[in-house]
Amino acid sequence: MIAGLPGEELFLQGHTACAGCSQALAVRIAMKALGRNTIVCLATGCLEIYSTQYRRCAWKVPVIHMLFENAPAVASGIEVAMKKLGKKANIAVFAGDGATADIGFGALSGMLERGHNVIYICIDNEAYMNTGIQRSGSTPYAAYTTTSPPGKVSIGNKTFKKDLPSIVAAHRIPYVATANPSYPKDLYKKVKKAMDFDGAKYIHILTPCPTGWGFESNESIEIGRLANETALWINYEVVNGEITDVMKIKEKKLVEEYLRRQARFRHLSKKEIEEIQKIADENARIFGL
Amino acid sequence: MTRMELVQGNEAVVKAAINAGCRFYAGYPITPSSEIMHLMAKEMPRVGGVFIQMEDEITSIAAAIGASMAGKIAMTATSGPGFSLMQENIGYAAMAEIPVVIVDVMRVGPSTGIPTAPSQGDVMQARYGSHGDYPIIVLSPSDVLDSYVLTAKAFYLAEKYRTPVILLTDEIIGHMRESVNLPNIERVEKNMPILGEGRKLHYTGLANENGFAIYEPEKYERLIKRLFNKIECAKDVISYKIENPDAKTMIFAYGSPYRTAKAVLKIAKNVGIFKAETVFPFPERALKKASKDVEKIIVPEMNVGKIVNEVKRVVGDSCQVVSVTKLAQLVDPQAILKVIE
Repeated sequence: MIAGLPGEELFLQGHTACAGCSQALAVRIAMKALGRNTIVCLATGCLEIYSTQYRRCAWKVPVIHMLFENAPAVASGIEVAMKKLGKKANIAVFAGDGATADIGFGALSGMLERGHNVIYICIDNEAYMNTGIQRSGSTPYAAYTTTSPPGKVSIGNKTFKKDLPSIVAAHRIPYVATANPSYPKDLYKKVKKAMDFDGAKYIHILTPCPTGWGFESNESIEIGRLANETALWINYEVVNGEITDVMKIKEKKLVEEYLRRQARFRHLSKKEIEEIQKIADENARIFGL
Repeated sequence: MTRMELVQGNEAVVKAAINAGCRFYAGYPITPSSEIMHLMAKEMPRVGGVFIQMEDEITSIAAAIGASMAGKIAMTATSGPGFSLMQENIGYAAMAEIPVVIVDVMRVGPSTGIPTAPSQGDVMQARYGSHGDYPIIVLSPSDVLDSYVLTAKAFYLAEKYRTPVILLTDEIIGHMRESVNLPNIERVEKNMPILGEGRKLHYTGLANENGFAIYEPEKYERLIKRLFNKIECAKDVISYKIENPDAKTMIFAYGSPYRTAKAVLKIAKNVGIFKAETVFPFPERALKKASKDVEKIIVPEMNVGKIVNEVKRVVGDSCQVVSVTKLAQLVDPQAILKVIE
């Protein structure tokens, strides 16, 4: 039970996600909104591995795991065929940040451009966690990963987090939103709202990862909240091209408070922390926080 | 001086690559090859080389090809699904004659398969995976030391013959740790004009003569024959080892089943081994010669039986050829012993 949300569970317990996985929580909440009449397409990633094992399958709806790069394309095919056959169902894609920002980016762009009636949910844990914590296009600046090791010649990940929601919104689809399972009702509401629009919908969910980010498994919700409170992550909606409903911050915090809680940022010097603070300040300015 | 060290197969690939002069690595994470990438991310900056993580395997091999044209000794590593994505670019490298080393740490397929289980299912794909007629060199190590030595050889051959070279290892070899004494490796030199040195170079994936497109069937045939001759007539491409050459029963092994063959040798008498380190071009002449007085050839493989057909093609009716296969795990010595009896 999650207070205030429907009791029916469509993403069940018994899967093999790490303790404290906030991605599993995000999917569970999203499924409550999507409901029984849903077909789920999964890209390769943590979710596909931990939720589909024989005798441990967590799904109460049809699930299709395709390849790393093609879930939005498969969803496109399903959507068009179902329409022709006169059948109705919600078609949802769950894909990680690697599948969305990197290898499946072309397929996603095609799906958005053609405007398939699909809800694409990116569950973003900011690296390839399933294959051993390698950086992705969505990994934040200066973070440690196994392919962005910090040391004498490197500060960690040299690139900035790819702004996927903005890139997706530039495709002029009717609904884009960002969310975070630390705010379950907001996440639920956004998935529900997405279902009201005809065409391609995109929801980008930040899912703190205890294994990859380096924090205790009971801290996921708190870390997620800190991401919002420091303005490193903003929950907002883009409806028909207009930014609406930016989640306000009650008491703005410094990024250091968020960074110091995670092993992936433990190597940072003052200089990098200041640079990351600038990113947060810029976010706050853009979204008027 | 001998210096023993405990090295993992994937690590040995990186050590050999760096010692051979590889200074460019582009890749995309995939089990069970990721250790190569992790170590490259650490080591490349130390030796003044370049490590980049790409957005997928198509771009990984393409970046390595670009770096090779620009004068770097370049490689990429992957496993089954990524290897499939690389195929078109492998054909490009063969046609445009660009040296590049591709490591495929084989896992169970098809599709996503079992990412953590070993296989030799990609062996024919390594030879024929890209479309069209092209030659290619495929090397297959069977242990950690082999991984080191054959990686170095892969770079040497790639640069010498301006060709893509594929190193086929598997999950067992890639993840196995062994105590080894790694020999010195000679550094490989770039053997082609490189971009940015004043020449007006022209590369293309179109059938070409000196880099310019051709459309005449005769010219195309001449080109393809030259590409094949370049690899197949070379004296230093094919390497193999024969143990107990006088035995009446021979095990033809490549990759990790060679270790099974070694285990069999300890138990059974009158058994020999033909260990193919170069799988393609297939060591046809050597096998023909070695099998002259042999009555039975056993071919253990971690797939449904693929190279066994090459062996049959070469030896014809001169002896009996038996396929011993095991899927998703190493071939058991008992399975080979049963066939011997």
